[in-house]
Amino acid sequence: MYVGGFLPALILLGDALSGLLGADPIKRATHQTGQLAIILLLLSLACTPLRLLTGWTWPARVRKALGLLAFGYAALHFGIYLFDQNILLLAVGEDIVKRPFITVGFLALLLLAPLAWTSTRASVKRLGFQRWTRLHRLVYLAAALGALHYWWGVKQDRTVPTLLAAGLLGLLLLRLVKRAAKKPATRPTSSG
Amino acid sequence: AVTRKRALGPYDTSEPVTSYQAMTTYNNFYEFGLGKDDPSRNAGSLRTRPWTIKIDGEVRRPQTVDIDTLQSWFPLEDRVYRMRCVEAWSMVMPWMGFPLAALIRRLEPTGKAKYVKFTTLQDPKQMPGQRSGVLDWPYVEALRLDEALHPLAFMAVGLDGKILPNQNGAPLRLVIPWKYGFKNIKSIVRISLVSERPKTTWALAAPDEYGFYANVNPAVDHPRWSQATERRIGEVARRKTLPFNGYADAVAGLYKGLDLRRNF
Repeated sequence: MYVGGFLPALILLGDALSGLLGADPIKRATHQTGQLAIILLLLSLACTPLRLLTGWTWPARVRKALGLLAFGYAALHFGIYLFDQNILLLAVGEDIVKRPFITVGFLALLLLAPLAWTSTRASVKRLGFQRWTRLHRLVYLAAALGALHYWWGVKQDRTVPTLLAAGLLGLLLLRLVKRAAKKPATRPTSSG
Repeated sequence: AVTRKRALGPYDTSEPVTSYQAMTTYNNFYEFGLGKDDPSRNAGSLRTRPWTIKIDGEVRRPQTVDIDTLQSWFPLEDRVYRMRCVEAWSMVMPWMGFPLAALIRRLEPTGKAKYVKFTTLQDPKQMPGQRSGVLDWPYVEALRLDEALHPLAFMAVGLDGKILPNQNGAPLRLVIPWKYGFKNIKSIVRISLVSERPKTTWALAAPDEYGFYANVNPAVDHPRWSQATERRIGEVARRKTLPFNGYADAVAGLYKGLDLRRNF
């Protein structure tokens, strides 16, 4: 899973070294890592609905890896942006405060950080499952902010960001439907 | 690219010219697709001969003229200009063509002429990108008459000593080096002298992001990104963007008394 997940980064590095990223390689690398981050995040959100709809168990097993890879690519995306700003932290800070497009992207990354930090089994134990679950609901907000960041970042043609936003909305709706369907049933006393 | 030795003129920059490969494969020309490499792949479908340009509006000599005839009216000149895209990247491009002022004077504008309006070809068969509704076709750009008469304002028919490649706006395009690249309308089929300010394509598409003037200005940010710096294509570190793209001495006078923050 991780080997597959790191492949795009390796290809990107190879392309960068061999000059295959075109006339503005830094811009291309920023776009590709950002796109990978949001797609992987959406895939991680699709795991549970997929498991419930099909009864398969493998989606649950790859969910954590997808989430961590999404965070990894988001961090790489931010890192390339930092590098592109000549690591002028003042300019970066101003960008984050002044430009909503950058603000939401940065917030999405910030929200993902604690989720990546607490992705271990030990963290689940330490926090308790219920608190851990509540914390990890932040992923929905992060995904929504990420999708908005992408949508705002495009100059004119919004086909891909719109498709991604629609996918995210679909996944959220699925969860709401599931929750509504669950309500009349008696709540299980134990969590898990 | 072939190195052509010649003395630099008063309007030329001595900065190193961008690679011909980059100039002809990294293009914004939405009539051929939205990707930077789409125009070089798709613009083969554009037929640039025969090609006529309709000249109308507030001129004493309205006419429809063939591109080869129009080109023969003026001696061709070289100009090495900086080009700054609104997306915060830039190039140094060696154009060949003639001053826009020479063309306008020949057309004899009437006293009512205040703006020059340019229109790109509209033909989805030759320009497949026009099948999408991403912009209102045909592409329209315009200049104030005094801007158009400025000696830096240029009509290009060639690039780096060669005939203009289709993806760069063949057979005739505008080059206004102190404005963002999108003002430099390509593949022009109509030039009209008009009394009212024309509605221009990007200003219509996103009025809060792209203004009529579009003068390069590091102090006025695009709502979604900073215009303070730019990447010169071929370089890694960003460089500072200069007011009027480094041509302030020549053109700032055109905008005396104009609030550049509001008239961006």
